[in-house]
Amino acid sequence: MKVTRSRRNVLWSGIGALVVLVVLFAFPYYVGPGTTGIMVQGLIVLTLASMWNLLAGYAGLVSVGQQAFFGLGAYFVLIPAMHGVTPWAGLFIAAIAAGVCALPLWWLVARLRLGYFAIATWVLAEVVMLVIEQISSVGGGTGMPLPGLSGMDAAVLTAYTYWAALIVAVLAIGGVYLLLRSKVGLVLTAIRDDERAARSSGVRVGLARMGVFVAAAAGCGAAGGVLAIEQLQVVPGTSGGVFSIQWTAEMAFAVIIGGIGTIEGPILGTIVFMALQQTLQSYNAWYLIVLGIVAVVIALFARRGLWGTLDERFNLRLFPVGYYLWSPTERRGRRRATTSV
Amino acid sequence: MQWVNAIIQGLLTGGLYALFACGLSLMFGVMKVVNLAHGDLATVAGYIGVGIIAISHMPVLWSIPVVVLLMAVLGYVMQRSILQAAITRGELTTLIVTFGLSIIIENGLQQFFKADSRGLGVGDSFITASFSIGSQITIAWFNLAVFVLAVVVLLGLQQFMSATRYGRLIRAVADDREAAQLSGADYRHVFGIAAAIAFGTVAIAGMCDGMITTISPTIGTDTILLFAFASVVIGGLGSLWGTLLGGVILGVAQAIGGQINPSWEQLAGYAVFLVVLVVRPEGLTSKGATA
Repeated sequence: MKVTRSRRNVLWSGIGALVVLVVLFAFPYYVGPGTTGIMVQGLIVLTLASMWNLLAGYAGLVSVGQQAFFGLGAYFVLIPAMHGVTPWAGLFIAAIAAGVCALPLWWLVARLRLGYFAIATWVLAEVVMLVIEQISSVGGGTGMPLPGLSGMDAAVLTAYTYWAALIVAVLAIGGVYLLLRSKVGLVLTAIRDDERAARSSGVRVGLARMGVFVAAAAGCGAAGGVLAIEQLQVVPGTSGGVFSIQWTAEMAFAVIIGGIGTIEGPILGTIVFMALQQTLQSYNAWYLIVLGIVAVVIALFARRGLWGTLDERFNLRLFPVGYYLWSPTERRGRRRATTSV
Repeated sequence: MQWVNAIIQGLLTGGLYALFACGLSLMFGVMKVVNLAHGDLATVAGYIGVGIIAISHMPVLWSIPVVVLLMAVLGYVMQRSILQAAITRGELTTLIVTFGLSIIIENGLQQFFKADSRGLGVGDSFITASFSIGSQITIAWFNLAVFVLAVVVLLGLQQFMSATRYGRLIRAVADDREAAQLSGADYRHVFGIAAAIAFGTVAIAGMCDGMITTISPTIGTDTILLFAFASVVIGGLGSLWGTLLGGVILGVAQAIGGQINPSWEQLAGYAVFLVVLVVRPEGLTSKGATA
C-alpha cells in the first residue's frame, strides 16, 4: 500500500509552472505599461481571490469583510511611507500588520456561525473604515497621496509595481499551497468533512481557523499595499475606495466562478474576471453585474466552479494537496488511484 | 434639552429600523436565510415607488400599497425560484447567492438611475411639520407617524403569526420542517409566503425611508442592511418585539453618539452591535438559542 501526494509525476507541471513564472516576470520588458497596469490589477484580484478561497473554500469562513484588511494593508504602506520608509519595504510591514490586526478582530467573530459571521465581518469592515476616517493625520475621509515614489520614471515605476504585485501573488498562492499540503491542510480538510468528528479526534479547530483567518488577513493586507503603490494614493470610503465592498465582490465572484475549494480555481476565476472587466469596461458597472449573474448561476448549477468541474471530469490537479492511495499492484500514473482526497 | 430631543429622535428612528429588520428576522427565523440583499430590496421598493409615481402621478401615500403588493409578489416569485434553489444547496450557496443578488441589484440600479439620490416628495409641510412638548422638545409628525406605522405593522404581524392559518403554518415550518411536511404543509409554498411578507414589510420601510430622506442605489448596503441586522441581533432572534427593542436601542445609541460627535453616529450603533455580539449573541430578549 502506497500513499502519494499526487497521481502523476508532477515534475512536468512543476517545470511548466516555472516557465509560466519566468514569462510573467519578463513581461515588462516586452509589454507596454498599459498592459502591465492591467496585469497589476489582475494580480491584486488574484491575491485577494486566493485568500478568500482559503477562507471560504477550505476553512468554511465566508467573510464579507476582507476589504477591512485590504484597506488596512494600504494604510500600513502609507503610514511608514509618511515616515520615510520606502513603500517596497512597506509591503512586508503591511502584510504582518494586517495579520496582527486580524487577531483581535478574530476574537470578536470567532464563535459565530456562517450567516452571522458574514454580517459581523461586514460590520467590522465598516467600523474599521469609520475609525480610520476619523484620523485626519492619514487623510481622514478624503485620503492621502503616497509619498516616497516621486521622481521615479513612470515606466520603471510601473515595472517595479508589476514585479511587486507578481511576487505578492506568487507568495500568496505558494503560501496557500504549502499551508494546505502541511498538517494544517489536513486539519482543515478534517474540519470541512465533519467538524464534530474532527474535534473529538483532538483537532484544534479554533486554532486552525484562527490561523487561516490571520494568514488571509496578511495576504489581503499585502494586496492592499500593492494597490496603494499602484494608485499612488490611499482613499477610504465605500465607493471605489480601499474599503469598498466591491473588492469583496470581485474576489468572491472570481473564486466562485473559478472554483471554490481548489487552488487553481481563483487563478481561473481571476482570468475570467479580468476578461470580463476589459471587454465591458466602457459600460461602467456592467462587468460587476455580469460577473454577479455568472457567479450566482455557477453557485446554483455548477457548484464547484469552472475548475472544479474540470477537476471532476479529468482529475486535474496542478497543485496537489490531497493524498492518493495505491494498492500494491497498481503502477503510479497508469491506473486510477483507489482513493483520493 | 438637545439630548432629550436627540434621544427621542433616535427612539423614533428605531421604529423605522425595526420595520426594516422584521423581514430579515422573518426570513432568518423561518428559512434560516441571512438575506444579504435585504437592504437593497428596500432600495428597489423605493425606486419602484419613484417609477410608479412618475408614470401614474398618483399621490405618494396611495403608491405605498401598490409598491408593497408588487414587492410581495416579487418576493414570492424570487423565493420559489432562486432562493429555494439556493437553500436546497446549502448555507454557503445561499450566502453567495444573496450576496450576488445584492451586488447585482446595487450595480443595476446604479446603471439605470445613476448615483444621484431621489426623494419621494410627500409635500414639505407634512415632513417638516412638528409639534412641541413643553417649550424645548420638538417632535416631527412624520417620524412619529413612521414609528406608529412600525408598531402597527409589527402588531399585525404578531396577530398574523398567532391567529391565522398561514401564520401557524409558518411557525410550524420554522419549528420543524419535516414534521410540518408530515402534517401536509407544502413548505416551499410557506417559505414563499414568508418571503412575500418579508419583501412587503421591507417595501413599506423603504418607501418611508424614501420620504424621510432620499434614496440612492447604494444605501441598501451602506446603511440599511447592517442596521437591520444589528436591530435583529441586539433585540434577539425570534421575537418581533425584540426587533423593535433592538431597533430602538440602535437608534438611541446612534443619537447619543451623534450628539457627542456628528461623525460618531454610525460608529456608536456598530459599537453597541459588536458588544452585544460578543457578550450576548442571542440578543436581549431571546431565551437561549445562539446564532
